[in-house]
Amino acid sequence: MDDIKKIARELFTSGKVNAVLGYVSINGQRTKPFLATKPEETDNFIINKYILNNLTVYLTKKEILKYGKIGIFAKGCDVKAIVALLQESQIKREEVYIVGINCNGVCADFDMEFSGETIALKCLNCEVRTPKLYDELIGTTEEMPKADDGKLKMIRKIEALSSAEKWDIFEEQFDKCIKCYACRQACPLCYCERCISDKSVPRWIESSASKRGNFSWNIIRAFHLAGRCIGCNECERACPMEIPLSLLNRKMAMVAQEEFKYVSGLDPNTPTLIGSYDLKDDEDFIE
Amino acid sequence: MENKTFEPKIIAFVCNWCTYTGADLAGTSRMKYEPNVRLIKLPCTGRIDPVMILKAFEKGADGVLVSGCHPGDCHYNAGNFHARRRWIMFHKLLDFVGIDENRLHFSWVSASEGKKFVDVINGFVNKVKAKGPFEKYEKINKEFVING
Repeated sequence: MDDIKKIARELFTSGKVNAVLGYVSINGQRTKPFLATKPEETDNFIINKYILNNLTVYLTKKEILKYGKIGIFAKGCDVKAIVALLQESQIKREEVYIVGINCNGVCADFDMEFSGETIALKCLNCEVRTPKLYDELIGTTEEMPKADDGKLKMIRKIEALSSAEKWDIFEEQFDKCIKCYACRQACPLCYCERCISDKSVPRWIESSASKRGNFSWNIIRAFHLAGRCIGCNECERACPMEIPLSLLNRKMAMVAQEEFKYVSGLDPNTPTLIGSYDLKDDEDFIE
Repeated sequence: MENKTFEPKIIAFVCNWCTYTGADLAGTSRMKYEPNVRLIKLPCTGRIDPVMILKAFEKGADGVLVSGCHPGDCHYNAGNFHARRRWIMFHKLLDFVGIDENRLHFSWVSASEGKKFVDVINGFVNKVKAKGPFEKYEKINKEFVING
């Protein structure tokens, strides 16, 4: 994709944006997010199989917002995050210029050779290889058979266990947490200026990386993303302790779909799941 | 000492307008209910942040009850509808990570349902009694004290 530099440059010269969020390469195939504020800064822009970061996380940051209109290179999954942010009125559509990337999957990690085996799990049954929302589109999608990422099976397996067994699984997983909050920082939808985990009066979530604090944190994080998570999996990729956060996120997305036929990040005009209600919502579990 | 019956600690988050008033009615009508329950009055079920439910477990609750106005009766018109949707998501999440569904109970009790309030409390207390103490959470609570 040679024209990417040209496209990025044109965004500036045509006056469409004041800054562009894209990827530049670093140490060979590895890429990192980059904010170009001048046309010449886009010269190193790159699109390859290693554009792992979800750049939409920056769209809600004050440091970025001050530039006004922003151009952003976004894969289909990243665009879902933009849609979710639009749904939640966190960004204005006219303030974001989306260069959609037709995506054939990205690599699971930076230091791997890309192949059918090292493709990121989230790409295996991707529904949005062509972004749902964009101002211009680059690249082409290739035929790609859908494959099972095994998560659904794992979730069903856990669901079939007893409460005590489920507890033991998650106690062990959450115990690994070191409370670095990388999951929160990497998440495009964790945009609260002040997170509940930072509130100290009262201290709702213990700040120490104790079992109790870890349990509360991971449950509340998953709950705050329930019906919102768009499944970009950045939290899990950011987690240094390899906690399977996507299991919780995926489970909540499944509940949203089963209970409310709701999928986050597809239509900017539908109300959010938790922000709305239906008179006919299930209440079989309420006495 | 071993045979001493287990008396569970139950925290009940109730709304000011319906369930709390229902509890009042139970009291003024001299109806008796299990003394294991500690009521926490909030303006509306919509105000019950799920983090409060976790906090209750952290502080040693064996079961948590959440109760408010019947759908359509909310003092703020829609608070309980919002709450209901939140609970659907939250109780499924808790169930998934291993908090037994029998330790978390939801109900609608109106201001005139003193009798139902008594039944809900008694029923839930018996359910939690049957489950026994919430040992799993107690364990991580204890570890917190040692480490913290």
